[in-house]
Amino acid sequence: MNSMDTPKKLIQLSKEDLLSAINGLKDVSYTVSPNFNDNAPGPGDNIIKRFMFPQPEPLLFLEREGKDMVHRPYCVISKSSLNPDDDTSHHTISDTVAETIILGIRPCDARSLWLNRLACEEDNLFSRRVDGLIIFGLLCNKGLSTCFCEDVGGGHQDVRGMDVAMIDDGDGELRLWAVSKKGLYILNRLGIYEDDIIDGLMEGATDNSHEKVGDCSLLDELMSKDMLTLYNAPFWQDIKDSCLNCGACTFLCPTCYCFDIQDEAYGKVGRRIRYWDSCMFPLFTLHASGHNPRGEKIYRVRNRFMHKFKYFIERFSHISCVGCGRCIIHCPVNIDVREVIGLMRAVS
Amino acid sequence: MANISSFKVIGINKEIEDRLRERVRALFDKGVISYFIGYRGGTLPWLPRPFIAKRPNEADLLVWNSFLALNLANYAPQALREYLSGKDGDNGAKIGIVATGCWSRNIELLIKENQIDRDQFYIIGISSRGMLSRNALFSMFKDNGYPEEIIEYDHDIEFIFSDKSIKKVNRWELVRANCKSCAVPDPVIYDEMIGSLQGKRSISEPFNEIAFIEEMDADGRWQWFKTAFKDCIRCYACRNACPLCYCPTCFVDDSRPQWLGKSIEPEDTLMFHLLRAFHCAGRCTDCGSCEAVCPKGIPMRLLTKKLIKDANELFDNLDLGVYSPNDPDF
Ligand code: SF4
Ligand code: SF4
Ligand code: SF4
Ligand code: SF4
Ligand code: SF4
Repeated sequence: MNSMDTPKKLIQLSKEDLLSAINGLKDVSYTVSPNFNDNAPGPGDNIIKRFMFPQPEPLLFLEREGKDMVHRPYCVISKSSLNPDDDTSHHTISDTVAETIILGIRPCDARSLWLNRLACEEDNLFSRRVDGLIIFGLLCNKGLSTCFCEDVGGGHQDVRGMDVAMIDDGDGELRLWAVSKKGLYILNRLGIYEDDIIDGLMEGATDNSHEKVGDCSLLDELMSKDMLTLYNAPFWQDIKDSCLNCGACTFLCPTCYCFDIQDEAYGKVGRRIRYWDSCMFPLFTLHASGHNPRGEKIYRVRNRFMHKFKYFIERFSHISCVGCGRCIIHCPVNIDVREVIGLMRAVS
Repeated sequence: MANISSFKVIGINKEIEDRLRERVRALFDKGVISYFIGYRGGTLPWLPRPFIAKRPNEADLLVWNSFLALNLANYAPQALREYLSGKDGDNGAKIGIVATGCWSRNIELLIKENQIDRDQFYIIGISSRGMLSRNALFSMFKDNGYPEEIIEYDHDIEFIFSDKSIKKVNRWELVRANCKSCAVPDPVIYDEMIGSLQGKRSISEPFNEIAFIEEMDADGRWQWFKTAFKDCIRCYACRNACPLCYCPTCFVDDSRPQWLGKSIEPEDTLMFHLLRAFHCAGRCTDCGSCEAVCPKGIPMRLLTKKLIKDANELFDNLDLGVYSPNDPDF
């Protein structure tokens, strides 16, 4: 387990008080996970993915003025005449980092933010967005039967990726403490720490550096496997027989970050958007020539697991899965990532 | 980390399951089939796994219960392409498949649409008693988490949760709406049957599910659509689980030309769902596969349901969703 030691004295406060304090910060917006309210076990709705990877994310707006194309910082596209009141296509590209509190996500999802940073660090838009996030994570009292965070190096009490960690014992009272400097800053602004425990809070507060991680035996084991032997293992055949090649697993996954880019034009205005893509889709690797290096389903199915449990490890020394189990619950045909890990593990 | 889950069937379905295993093994042994498309137990009791058996002893993995929500006809073209029309396809052996009423209607449709050859399939028919809705199950037991063990009797189903609590439900409470309104639960095409046929069911209000939408004006329907479909993530599980959707390149995936936008803004989602539904008009068997697999609980089947009704009205009650292999019009 990788959790940091819980400080000796924690801040105690009711959910209502925390919410109204956050509400009082006029320049900070916030989003509340359903888990915060009912403390239902399991990862719940994947609310942080929308912040890490907006769907869609506008990258560029252009408008025609006479013969010229002019850049615009924002755009109002009336995509259809169906309902002119819809303003869903109104987007702004902003240079400033908007601070947003994400309240009540579980350790797995908080850790996904941290893991995705490894791969997306050089993506300015991603970094700018997540730098503005302030994560109030909610630790798990118990998981679901589909949770396996501990097997992939996380845990019910893992605070990595969080700025403030919260414990809910079910009586409506929260116990919380700052995990990062950002967390300390926000608790300070909320005015909800007491002076006599500030030292304790400081002790726990770090910047979540990547080095701080111990990890799991699964990581070492997968790291030592021969890549081509895994790639050529016979079990992919059976898995692909069942798989539908839909996007349920990857689109629900907090550590899937793949995207595609499209230009859209409507009359005189146009936009370039980035939107979710999945290695399960044939279009994912389709070349302009028409050749598709992953033309068969088996290559696509294999890629999802090889990426998370081999390629990513080779590149970043971590497993690209936080064990939230969403893909297990929602795969229509019971392709269970835990079982696939077991098969990969058994390869000699 | 993950074990095969505990699912027990007792009674009618157990008899069917035993017989199915016996027959599939015999068909393998006699060389009639070299593959079999069926369901096996998986790691979650409420989610059996479709699979292609390739060896006689894999017949013992086959299961039969009320949780088989995905239409197996979906796998027929793929199995044919990958296994029979390839290297080892020339010994005359066929692909076996098990089929309920709607699955068989979709198999028939695939034959009529030249996607598969009747001669290359050996169909074991089983009359359906209605499959269950997982979403209905989850919302019924919201506070208990996911069941860890299931015991299915003829009429009741027991769910056992992690705290060892046991909940017993009459299966009809969880049967899917499309199954409840199904007039033809018997297979329309088969080489052999397991169990008996139950005959045509008479359904008094086959389209009452969509009555509330039909009552709305255009504005109301757009509002309904935006609310009901707002969580769609465009994962295309609905499309990929549908046996009608076999196009090598779906209009959704085409990028030259780009037929529709890729975002999850309501206009784009609407285009996707309307076009998908219209591509199924006059073909949809109301098997419910699309709805059953959706991770977000989107009611996209209501769109095809409406089209079934329209087709019936516009084409003189031809009953397009109820295929008969001998129908000269089909
Ligand atoms: S593994 Fe499951 S969820 Fe993922 S593409 Fe295959 S069928 Fe869809
Ligand atoms: S692969 Fe599955 S279990 Fe792992 S992070 Fe993604 S959704 Fe969660
Ligand atoms: S599993 Fe596929 S979609 Fe997910 S991050 Fe890896 S390559 Fe991308
Ligand atoms: S309706 Fe459901 S299954 Fe279909 S694309 Fe949307 S989320 Fe996926
Ligand atoms: S559209 Fe849905 S109900 Fe109709 S055949 Fe396809 S999967 Fe079945």
